[in-house]
Amino acid sequence: MSKRIEVNDLNVYYTNFLAVEGVSIVIEPRTVTAFIGPSGCGKSTFIRTLNRMHEVIPGARVEGEVLIDGNNLYGPGVDPVLVRRQVGMVFQRPNPFPTMSIQDNVLAGVKLNNRRMSKTDADDLTEKALRGANLWNEVKDRLARPGSGLSGGQQQRLCIARAIAVEPDVILMDEPCSALDPISTLAIEDLIEEMKQEYTIVIVTHNMQQASRVSDRTAFFNIAGTGKPGKLIEYDDTTTIFSNPSVQATEDYVSGRFG
Amino acid sequence: MSSVTEASPLTNSLTAGKLPRRSALWVLLASWAVSAAVFAMLYLSGAVDGFNIVGTVVFGTVLYCVAIYVLSRLVEGSRKAKDRLMTALVTAAFVIALLPLISIIYTTVVNGLPAFLTPTFFTSSQRNVVGAGGGVLHAVIGTLFVTGMATLISVPIGLLASIYLVEYGRGRLAKAITFFVDVMTGIPSIVAGLFAFALFALLFDDPGIRFGFGGAIALSVLMIPVVVRSSEEMLKLVPNELREAAFALGVPKWLTILKVVLPTSMAGIVTGVMLSIARVIGETAPLLIIAGFTASMNYDLFSERMMTLPVFVYTQYANQGADSQAFIDRAWAGALTLILIVMLLNGLARLIAYWFSPKLGR
Repeated sequence: MSKRIEVNDLNVYYTNFLAVEGVSIVIEPRTVTAFIGPSGCGKSTFIRTLNRMHEVIPGARVEGEVLIDGNNLYGPGVDPVLVRRQVGMVFQRPNPFPTMSIQDNVLAGVKLNNRRMSKTDADDLTEKALRGANLWNEVKDRLARPGSGLSGGQQQRLCIARAIAVEPDVILMDEPCSALDPISTLAIEDLIEEMKQEYTIVIVTHNMQQASRVSDRTAFFNIAGTGKPGKLIEYDDTTTIFSNPSVQATEDYVSGRFG
Repeated sequence: MSSVTEASPLTNSLTAGKLPRRSALWVLLASWAVSAAVFAMLYLSGAVDGFNIVGTVVFGTVLYCVAIYVLSRLVEGSRKAKDRLMTALVTAAFVIALLPLISIIYTTVVNGLPAFLTPTFFTSSQRNVVGAGGGVLHAVIGTLFVTGMATLISVPIGLLASIYLVEYGRGRLAKAITFFVDVMTGIPSIVAGLFAFALFALLFDDPGIRFGFGGAIALSVLMIPVVVRSSEEMLKLVPNELREAAFALGVPKWLTILKVVLPTSMAGIVTGVMLSIARVIGETAPLLIIAGFTASMNYDLFSERMMTLPVFVYTQYANQGADSQAFIDRAWAGALTLILIVMLLNGLARLIAYWFSPKLGR
């Protein structure tokens, strides 16, 4: 199920502006990797290159390679749609489809791709995904109601259920808890802990405690100043990053002396 | 009772003077009464002929503005007084803006109702009718056919163009399309009629060509830019997050547009289409040129002249027969029918927008 991600010397551009420079990183399967760093340092830009979502923004392009189990995402003839079926993504703000019911939201990855599915299979997949996202007990009696009627935390877990229903190998999370209250945040952190058994998870977060609670490895990104490209400063075990980092900037950031 | 409560009552520093409830209404009625009294005196003294109702209302309203400002300023202070004055002015502006609309509907109903209620009005055409009687069925059918065909042509083209502009269009082509759509919005309708006429006259080598389909083409020239504009705005309103959510699930772009973007914006698009229909259904000039006019039924868009309601109203008024009142009555009744069709379409648009709009289930 889960796969190994290897990034070699990746540069990301917006038209001619170099946003992220020279990132090389290896993410092992069945781990949680946290990206931390000040705003605007390119964490979100970088995480979006891991499933080619940055291409949605006009003018965005990359140099370098991203290998998922040895397959280069940026090789010639690679279909971004196939990439995204293997590398799912959860966004900063919960974004359930407003025209669909809760169940249809969970099955969106199947239904939107025009794949047919029997009623029992659909119900089984819905239950499995919603149980996986820790939401089943809260919504099992109202699967036919619109997804936009749920609370913010429930909507975010619905989005996670939607992402795992297509059974990806890797799940990217771009600040999944930044719009949520502490209790919903805790629910999602527990969920990440469980999902680690099956998926490779990459999470961007501004919350240092969250990074130290959920992640096995942590990558610290930084920029030298406005207009300069973001760089990967340090990448190590989470305990090392938070207790004994090798770079001064990392220590300043995690201890709250700047940023 | 302790001495504390018997002492002077506590004053709240946040209170301010306030006019009693409904005082604005009473002041307004009083102003009108004063104004009416003045005009009644003028009338009774013989200075003017007849009691001037319009003068009473206008003068009374001006008096109200002054009175409420002074009164409120004395009791409530200058901020509240300005607020009351502005409320009066804004409301007056609203009523003035509404007056022509009410006047039009009133006049059309009063003048159109006699012919509108004749039993043959919706069951027969004007064939062989020289005096009173006959009906408008040929024009209703013609309007529905021509406008329906124009909609069939314009909606796919307009919708697809707006999808291109919002989802795919980059660079020069998109800018050029946007520019020409803006230019097309400003085309005078008579030019659209001449365009359709010239096109078909040349195509069929017939300088006297008249048929319903040509009218539909002329109307779609007017309709397409409206559909493109309104659909474009509606598609832009769909949050980018929804598109990204679909992309992240491995959904191809065309399916994302078809199954996420369009359903989300469907209510607005339908409303825009309905408004564009309402915009062209009353066009007279282009239809006069290319669809022509006739007194007979014609169910075939592709041959012979076809009557439409606006042209019917025009010809009834322009070519009055011996019994001219009958023609004028029919003209008003035709106008009333047209207004009712547009109202019906607008009502339908609201219903459809309500059915399609995403529901919040709480």
